[in-house]
Amino acid sequence: MKDTEIKRLLSANVICIFSIIITTVLPSLFLKNFSLLGTHLTWLCICSATVGTVNVVLHIILNPNPSSRRSSLAHKVARFLRSCVYFFMSCILFHGIIVLYGAPLIESVLETFLFAVLLSTFTTLHCLCLLGPNIHVWLRVFSKNGAMSIWDNNLQITSMCSVVGAWLGAFPIPLDWDRPWQVWPISCSLGATLGYVSGLLFAPLWIYWNRKKLTYKSR
Amino acid sequence: MRLRSAALAASCLLVQALGAGLFLRGFFPAPVRLRPRRGAAPNPPPEPPASGSFSNWTKLPSPLFKRTVIVLIDALRDDFVFGSKGEQFMPYTTQLIEKGTSHSFVAEAKPPTVTMPRIKALTTGNIPGFIDVIMNLNSPALLEDNLIWQAKAAGKRIIFYGDDTWVRLFPKQFAEYDGTTSFFVSDYTEVDNNVTRHLDKVLKREDWDLLILHYLGLDHIGHLSGPNSILIGPKLSEMDSIIKKIHTSLLSKEEGEKALPPLLVVCGDHGMSETGSHGGSSEGEVRTPLLLISSAFNKRSGPQKPPELVQQTDLAVTLALGLGLPISRNSIGKLLLPVVQQKTMREQLRYLHLNGFQLSRLLQENVPAYEKDPGFEQFKMAEKSHGNWIKLYLEGNTSETLINLGKKVIKQYLEALKTLSSSLSKQMAQYDMYSMIVGTVIVLEVLLLLLLSTPKALSSKAQLEVPLSPLCSLLFYLLCLMLCAIHVVVCTSMESSCYFCSLSWLTAIGVIMLVSGLLCVILSAVENGFVNPKQPTKNPAASTSSWSEFDVLILAGTVGHVSSLGASSFVEEEHQTWYFLVNTLCLALCQEICRHYFLAKECDLQLLSAAKPGTEETKGVSCHHRKDVSLFQDDLKMVSTTKDISDSGKWMALVTPWVILICCRLLRSLNQTGVQWAHRPDLGHWLTSSEHKAELSLLAAVSLVMIFILVQRRCSLVSKIAMALGLLGVYSYRAAIGNVEFPWQRDSKDISKGIIEARFVYIFVLGIIFTGTKDLLKSQVLSADTKTKFTGLWEIYSGLVLLAALLLRPHNLPVLVFCLLFQAMIMKYVWKPLEFDAAQVTIMHYWFGQAFFFFQGNSNSIASVDVSAGFVGLENYVEIPAIFLTGFATYSGPLLWAIHLLCYLSSEVHRNPAAVGHGCFCYALLRSIPVAVYIILVTALRYHLFIWSVFSPKLLYEGVHVLITAGVCVFFTAMDQNHLRRVQD
Repeated sequence: MKDTEIKRLLSANVICIFSIIITTVLPSLFLKNFSLLGTHLTWLCICSATVGTVNVVLHIILNPNPSSRRSSLAHKVARFLRSCVYFFMSCILFHGIIVLYGAPLIESVLETFLFAVLLSTFTTLHCLCLLGPNIHVWLRVFSKNGAMSIWDNNLQITSMCSVVGAWLGAFPIPLDWDRPWQVWPISCSLGATLGYVSGLLFAPLWIYWNRKKLTYKSR
Repeated sequence: MRLRSAALAASCLLVQALGAGLFLRGFFPAPVRLRPRRGAAPNPPPEPPASGSFSNWTKLPSPLFKRTVIVLIDALRDDFVFGSKGEQFMPYTTQLIEKGTSHSFVAEAKPPTVTMPRIKALTTGNIPGFIDVIMNLNSPALLEDNLIWQAKAAGKRIIFYGDDTWVRLFPKQFAEYDGTTSFFVSDYTEVDNNVTRHLDKVLKREDWDLLILHYLGLDHIGHLSGPNSILIGPKLSEMDSIIKKIHTSLLSKEEGEKALPPLLVVCGDHGMSETGSHGGSSEGEVRTPLLLISSAFNKRSGPQKPPELVQQTDLAVTLALGLGLPISRNSIGKLLLPVVQQKTMREQLRYLHLNGFQLSRLLQENVPAYEKDPGFEQFKMAEKSHGNWIKLYLEGNTSETLINLGKKVIKQYLEALKTLSSSLSKQMAQYDMYSMIVGTVIVLEVLLLLLLSTPKALSSKAQLEVPLSPLCSLLFYLLCLMLCAIHVVVCTSMESSCYFCSLSWLTAIGVIMLVSGLLCVILSAVENGFVNPKQPTKNPAASTSSWSEFDVLILAGTVGHVSSLGASSFVEEEHQTWYFLVNTLCLALCQEICRHYFLAKECDLQLLSAAKPGTEETKGVSCHHRKDVSLFQDDLKMVSTTKDISDSGKWMALVTPWVILICCRLLRSLNQTGVQWAHRPDLGHWLTSSEHKAELSLLAAVSLVMIFILVQRRCSLVSKIAMALGLLGVYSYRAAIGNVEFPWQRDSKDISKGIIEARFVYIFVLGIIFTGTKDLLKSQVLSADTKTKFTGLWEIYSGLVLLAALLLRPHNLPVLVFCLLFQAMIMKYVWKPLEFDAAQVTIMHYWFGQAFFFFQGNSNSIASVDVSAGFVGLENYVEIPAIFLTGFATYSGPLLWAIHLLCYLSSEVHRNPAAVGHGCFCYALLRSIPVAVYIILVTALRYHLFIWSVFSPKLLYEGVHVLITAGVCVFFTAMDQNHLRRVQD
C-alpha cells in the first residue's frame, strides 16, 4: 500500500514540477515580450495561479485525506471562505516578514506582495488543500514527529524547501554583478521556486529511502 | 599548567592581536622614497650629451609663470565643473574652459580619498601610503621633499588661506596664513567667507609669488546633504565668482607688465560619492577637475575635446617646472605637456628629460633590478635620441627633419614617463610577504589552539590543561633553530625592505620562540586529543545528533558570514549579512519560545482538547505562523485563566522577537550604510538637515529620558543621580555645539565647542565607573555576595552607556535606546526563562553587537568613521584621548553588547558556575575565526582590483576589533577569577 501511495505522491509532484516548467515556457507563445526576468511580475502571477490551480485540482482528484464525515454544502462554502481568508492572511504575514527582512516598505510594494503570494502558494495553499483551514492540525504537522502520512511528510519538506530557497535567494542581491536576475524580488522568487521544485523531487525520494523507518500513528 | 578557559581565551587573543599587527605592518606597503641624502640638493642634470659635443645647459630652465594662484576646492567633483552643473552654476569657468586660454584635465585621485593624503599627493607628487589615513587625524608636519619647500627655498613668498591641515603640514613655510578648521561640518558659509575676506586685499598687493586658497564649504555641504543637494548650486556659483574675481585681477595686473604671465590653478582634492562622503574609490570620489588658466597658453580653438584623464600627482611636477623649481625628490608624476607646449622644442625636451631623469633615479633607488624595467630602457633610448637631436640642433640644423625628429623624441619621452610612473606606483603595492607570513602563522596557530581546546574549555569545569612540557623538548629547540636559520637566510637574501627583518634580533627571536612554542603546544594537544582519547564521550562536538535547529542556524550563520568575506560586495555590504542573520535569529528564537511554552504544556492541552471540541492535539508550532500562534494563544488564555503560569511573561516572551524585528527594521532605515544603497534617503539625513532641528531635539530628549529609565533600574542611588545629571549634560553639550536646541533658546546663534559641558559629562562618566570599580573590588576583597558584584558591573556598564550617549551623533541616540531595550527584553523574557546555555547566549550577543556596529552608521569603509567624536571636550587635537574616544564611539555597539554579556553571565553563575569562562572563550573564538580566515583571504586576493578600496579598510577594522575584543576578554578573565576564587573558598 505504501509503495502505491509513494507512486501517487511522485506523480502528483511531477505534475506540479511540470506545471512550473510550463509557466516559464508557454506564456511566451501567447504574450508579447514575455520573459522570466523581463516581465517578472506577470510570471509571478501566472506561476502562482497555475501552481495554485494544479494543487487544488490534484487534491480534488487524489483526495489523500478522505474525510470521514460527510459535510453539507454550507459547511463546504464556509470552509472555502475560511481558506480564502487564511490564504490572504498568510500573504500579509509573509509580506510583513519580507519587509522586516529589509525589503523596501513603500516602493515596489507590488513586487513584494506578489512574492509573498508566491511563497504562500508554495506553502500555505498546500496546507489548506491537505489539512483544511484548521491551524491546530497545521501546528501538529509542523511539530517534531507530527506527520501522520507521507502526504504530511511531503508537505513538511516542500514548505521548508521553499522557505529556505527564498532565504538563500536573498544572498546574491548585494553582489555588484548588475545582472538582471539580481533585481528585487527575482532572485528570491527564483530561489523559492527552485527550492519548491527540489522539495517536490526530494520528498518522494526521502520518503522512499526512509519508508522502513516511517511509522505513522493512526488518527 | 592548568588554565581557566577565560584566561586561555584572553591570552590567545592578545597573541592574535600581535600576529594581526605584524601582518598589517607587512601588508600596508611602505611608501617609495629616496634615501635621505645629506648635504646640498643634487644639481640638476645637464642635457643629455650628444656624442662628441657637450651641451652647456646645466641650469634649470627658466620659469614659465611669475605668480601662481592655486584655488583648491574640497570635494570638487569633475561633473561639478565639466558637467551640466558646471554649465548651470559656473558660467565664467565654463566660458574659460571653452574659449579661454586654459587647459582642462580630469585628475584622478588615488584612494584613500581623504583630504590630508590628497594634499600630500598634490604637493609631493607621491602617493601617500594607505597608513596615512590613520595618521590623517594627527597630520604632523610633512617631512618629505615637496613643492612648498622648494618654493620657499627658492625665496618665493607663499600665502595660504583655508583648511588648517595645510598649516599643520607646512608649519613654517607660509609667509602669511589664516587656517579655518573643518571642525563644524554643519557650517558651510562662514568657513568659506573666512577665506574670501582676505582676497581683495591680497590681490591688490604685489609681495607674493604663490597664493593657495583651500575652500571647505562644498565638502561640508556634501557631508550634510550629498551631491544633489540644493545647496550645491549656490556654492558652485560662489566659487565661480571667486574664480572670476581672481582671474580678472590677474589679467588687469598683467596688462601693465612685460614680465611673465601669471597662472591660475583650480582643482579639487577629491570628489564625493553619491551620498556625499568620500574616502573610497567610486568614480565620483576619484575624479576631480584640474583647470590651468594662464594667458601664456594658446586660445582654445577647434571643437571641444573632453578633458584628458591624468593623475593627481602630475600637478606637482608640472607646477615645479612651470615655476622654475627643482622637482621634488619623491614625485612619481609626469609632466602635463600641453602646459609647456608653446615653448621651443629644445625647452620642451629639456623639461621632459628633467622629469624622466628624476623618475629613473627614484626607480634606481627602489627597485634592485631597475635596469630591466621597460620604462628605464625606454628612457635611456629617448635620452640617446635626445642627444642626437641636440647634436643636430647645435650644428645649426633648422630644417623640417629637426622638428619631426623632436616630435619623435617627445613621443618617446612621454612613453617612457608613462611606463616609469606606472611601474613606480606599482612599486608602492609591493607586499612585505615575509612579515605577512609570520603574522598569518601566528594567527592561524592561535586559532588552531582555540579550536583544539574547545571541547575541554566548554566543559563544566571550564578548565583545561595546557601542556608546557613540550616547551623543553628537543622538538622545540630544533624548531627554534630551524626558524632562526630560515630567518637569517630570508633576511639576507631579501631584495626589498622587510619590517620583520628590520626588528632587533632579540624581538625577532622572541617571535620565533613564540611561533615554535605554539606549534609544539598544538602538536601535543593534537596528540592528546587523537592518539590517546580518554573521554571520547565527553566531547560535545561528537554528539552532533543532539544539536537543535537553533545550533545549526548559529553554526550556519557563522560559517556563512565568514565565507562571505571573500567577495568584495559582501564586504562592502556586510551590514546586510548581519541584519539578515539577526532577523533569522529572531524568527528562530520565536520558534524556540513557542516550542518551549507549548511543549511544556502538552499534557494540559490534551486535557483541554477533550474539553473543547474542535481543538486537536497540539505539540508545537512552526515559526512561520506566528499570527496563528498568538490567536491560538488567546484561545488558551481564555480557557486557562485560572492557571497560575506567568501568562504575562509568556505573552512578553512571544512578543519580544517581533518587537525586536520591527525595531531592527526601523534602525536599518536610520542609517543607510554600505556602498550600493548608501545613496538612498534615510532617517538620519532627514533628522540632521537643518530644517528638522526641532524634531531632532525632541528625539534626542526622548532618547535620553529612555536611556535613563532603562539604565537606572539596577544602579545604586548615587549613580542614578550621576546618570541623570550626566544625561542632562549630554543634551546641553549637543545644544552648545548647535546640533539640538533648547525650547527656550530658539534663536541663539552662538555656537561653541561645548568643552565645559562635555567635560561635565566626563566627570560623571568617570564617577560612575569609579563607583562600579569600587563595588567590584569590594566584592572581590570581602568576597561579598554576587549582588554587589553585579551592581558594580552594571555601574561600569551604565558609565559606558553615558559615554556612548555623549559621543554618538545625536540622531544615533535611538540606536543606543534600542540597544538597551533589546538587552533588557531579551534577557528578561527569553534568555532567562528558556535557559539558553552560555555559548548560545554569547553567540547571540556577538551577532547583535555586530548588527549594532552597522546600525550606528558604520561601514567597512574608512569614510564612515566619525572623527568628530575624538574632539568632544578637547580644545585641540590630543592624540591618545582622541584615538580612544574615536575607537570607543566606533565600536560602542559591539562593546556595549559584550559588557552586557558579562553582566548577564555573571548574574547566571548560580546556575552555571563556569558561565563567564564559557562566554569569554566563545567570544574569543568567534572573533578569531573571521580574522584568521580574512587574513588568508586578503593574502590570496592581494592583487584583486578592489584590494585598496574594499579589502584593506576591512582589514584595518578587523585588526582594531581584535585588539578591542582582547581587552574585553581580559576584563572577562578578571571577573572570572574573582568568582572562581570565591567558589574555591
